[in-house]
Amino acid sequence: MASNILMPKMGYDMEEGKILRWLKNEGDAVKKSEPIAEIETDKVAIEIEAFAGGVLAKILMPAGGVAKVGAPIGIIAEPGEKVEAPAGAEAKAEPAAATTAPSPPSGDLSPTGERERVQPPQPSPLSSPPTNPPGGEVARRAGEGVREAPDERLKASPLAKKIATDLGVELAGLSGTGPGGRIVRRDVEEAANQGLTGRKPAAAAAGAPGTGGGRKEPLSGMRKAIARRMVEAMAPIPHFYVTMAVDMDAAMALRAQINEAREKDEKISVNDLVLKACALALRKHPSLNARWESDGVFHPDEVAISVAVALPDGLIAPDIHQADTKSLGTINREVKDKAGRAKNGHLGPDEYGRGTFTLSNLGMFGVESFTAIVTPPQSAAIAVGAVTQEAVVKDGQLAVGQVMRFTISADHRITDGAGSAQFAVEVKRLLENPLQLLV
Amino acid sequence: MPSVIIIGGGPGGYVAAIRAAQLGLEVTLVEREWLGGVCLNWGCIPTKALLRNAEVLSLFQHAKDWGVTMEKLNADYGVAFDRSRKVADQLVKGIGFLMKKNKIKVVTGDAKLAGKGVVTVGGAGDKAVQTLAADHVILAVGARPRLLPGMTADGERVVTSREALLDNRTAPKSIVILGGGAIGCEFAYVYGTYGAKVTLVEMRDHLLPLEDPESSEVLEKAYKAKGFDLLLGAKYEGHDVTKKGVKVRIAAKDGPKTVEADRMLVALGIAPNTEGLGLEAAGVKTDRGFITVDDQMRTNVPGVWAIGDCNGRSGLAHVASAQGVLAVETIAGHHPPALRYEDMPRCTYCHPQVASLGLTEAQAKERGHDVKVGRFPLAANGKALALGDATGQVKVVVDGKYGELLGVHLVGPDVTELLPEFGLARSAEATATEIEHTVHAHPTLSEALHEAVLGAMGRAIHI
Repeated sequence: MASNILMPKMGYDMEEGKILRWLKNEGDAVKKSEPIAEIETDKVAIEIEAFAGGVLAKILMPAGGVAKVGAPIGIIAEPGEKVEAPAGAEAKAEPAAATTAPSPPSGDLSPTGERERVQPPQPSPLSSPPTNPPGGEVARRAGEGVREAPDERLKASPLAKKIATDLGVELAGLSGTGPGGRIVRRDVEEAANQGLTGRKPAAAAAGAPGTGGGRKEPLSGMRKAIARRMVEAMAPIPHFYVTMAVDMDAAMALRAQINEAREKDEKISVNDLVLKACALALRKHPSLNARWESDGVFHPDEVAISVAVALPDGLIAPDIHQADTKSLGTINREVKDKAGRAKNGHLGPDEYGRGTFTLSNLGMFGVESFTAIVTPPQSAAIAVGAVTQEAVVKDGQLAVGQVMRFTISADHRITDGAGSAQFAVEVKRLLENPLQLLV
Repeated sequence: MPSVIIIGGGPGGYVAAIRAAQLGLEVTLVEREWLGGVCLNWGCIPTKALLRNAEVLSLFQHAKDWGVTMEKLNADYGVAFDRSRKVADQLVKGIGFLMKKNKIKVVTGDAKLAGKGVVTVGGAGDKAVQTLAADHVILAVGARPRLLPGMTADGERVVTSREALLDNRTAPKSIVILGGGAIGCEFAYVYGTYGAKVTLVEMRDHLLPLEDPESSEVLEKAYKAKGFDLLLGAKYEGHDVTKKGVKVRIAAKDGPKTVEADRMLVALGIAPNTEGLGLEAAGVKTDRGFITVDDQMRTNVPGVWAIGDCNGRSGLAHVASAQGVLAVETIAGHHPPALRYEDMPRCTYCHPQVASLGLTEAQAKERGHDVKVGRFPLAANGKALALGDATGQVKVVVDGKYGELLGVHLVGPDVTELLPEFGLARSAEATATEIEHTVHAHPTLSEALHEAVLGAMGRAIHI
């Protein structure tokens, strides 16, 4: 029986997705759970899998096209089965999706797959409009299928290699469309067009001063999303800021003590301490653990903090759930894992976009203090600076202390100055009495 | 697996049939005349046999240069003709054997589309109509020499390649050939070597007008040396058949002229055999008679496909075969890549041979490439000199940026056999560097290709 492949919803605020490429052509046989297409959302590029075996009978949305969430992008059918492109496909898709909501899978799916399905976003009773779940028809593939092993012999044509070197395209990240999956010129050029370049092309001969020479870089999906979201955030959200200095002597001493016994890649960071402190403080001051929605303020039961991770072409903030109940070691591992996968583009769609609060840390750049923009619909963000040695007054004496400044940005529609100040004080108290972070 | 009916048993149809059988499709091949089509019966193969005879004769004509003398040289074109028929027949029998080996049902007769997946065969005379049905129908009906309006080929004074190869057991003493493409040039060499006075009329400014002009110029020079009258940029205006032969009126560059000859050969391209197939009733779209197809050889009617000459994409046998394989594999649910038509090898087998693949220098420039050209004359190639056949050159067109191999243009003895190196390099996306690092045997003609590529990189060794 022919069935539609729908554009899956891969994140809280995903409205549409772009087909980066089809990994199968019309008429190709597809196995269940085999990757069939690569899509790009505002945040990630991700492969989607066939929900059932058969033949990719029809591609309804070609590569480069953008489809609304829940809209049919292709049809999988039995071999030899005749299919027609659904007339007014988009209109049809919605009720179909609605009947299966909120629990995929639909009837013609065998529920045996070990594969991970795209989960519909956390249902929010106040959210409007109702989000289209993907109907369980498309399963997500995180990570697999992308050559990563650096020692694996890379199959690429000599011409593709030369062009990749010239344009700064990382061949290891590409899947080839040539014979036997060989990376050919077309693959590299497409990747370059999609902005998947590791570095800028070598600058052409510098223009003479005043000639207005230069180079326009097309906006990647992520850059566009950041641009849109930041303007959306900054303009309507009445931001206010609360800054505090934290005496980090005790926290740094505790951290040193903890790390003494830990392997190099397991060492607890200042960021982990701050994250844990924020999680505990959010639990204590739930007014900041909130999401702004047009008709109300939603207070989730759990604490979820989004940690901003810099990417070559922007940033993404994977969620750390329930950090208030997790150990520093667990938090450390989770942040490292998610940040690492975020950088490789392998972050799952359900791994970001659910937080109420963002942690942004520029301490590693030596930034003393800065302010962050609140990401809607979140309530607040913390901007963390570096821990620096400063002259401090301790017990009436001038001493050298380790100081860290942070600034809370909050949405004044959700919370007021006093609430944020109390929250900030709690974060400061926890960091200055760091044993509290361990219990 | 779906079933398929293939109409036409030429190099498109019979190859498609074999590939379909390999893929497990149930295949029926319908052919109205002879398996092998134009190519084997009155095209590629018999001309190659005649050309070989002409080459051998040419060696005898120059025997003195080789220190061989003889009292008198007799050349019997009839024997050459008979040999060409024998070679053709042998290959056609081979196709029959291949059909049996692959368990392909062969039906003889004129086929016609008669509904979705239905084909009728025969019906002329007392023969009963046979009705065949399958999931898919592949039209591989080919083409025939194109005649200008009002022209008829009488098989004696006015002929096309078909009559020349099937009927004309004698070589003319003089001939006017209309069309300086591959067919015209090949017949010019055959008849010219057998002593005919050749007048070759081409509307454009060069023989083989689709080739890089440098290749054409080498051939033109060689033909002029053979005493052929080349009327380039000349237009055929009309002709009269006389008792003795034919009078051809030509608007030549230097004014109108009338050329008298025993025979006129018309080689002005091809016309598709798409009449009487029931295309219109079936709703199959055509463009000036050629069947319109997409890159996978689908027509606008689902289940109807068209390959080879009849779709007008190319007039070459090997392209028809490749299209046949492509169509059948697509039907079987595979997804073969579309053909890149500029990468289809182009060969003319006169002497010197002309062969090419990819872009000409002018085309490469038009597309904005940073064009680097490398040339190597066969006069500097050891093997060509040893052969005593050093007319010609190798020219390669390379993109300077990545060393991408854009095109190769060859003139010289047996240079058609040198094309695959460049073709493979193109399909594997090898660059000038890979050819550079490939050691070419010495002494071979292939060294000239190596040197031309080195030349494009500015570092030829032997020139």
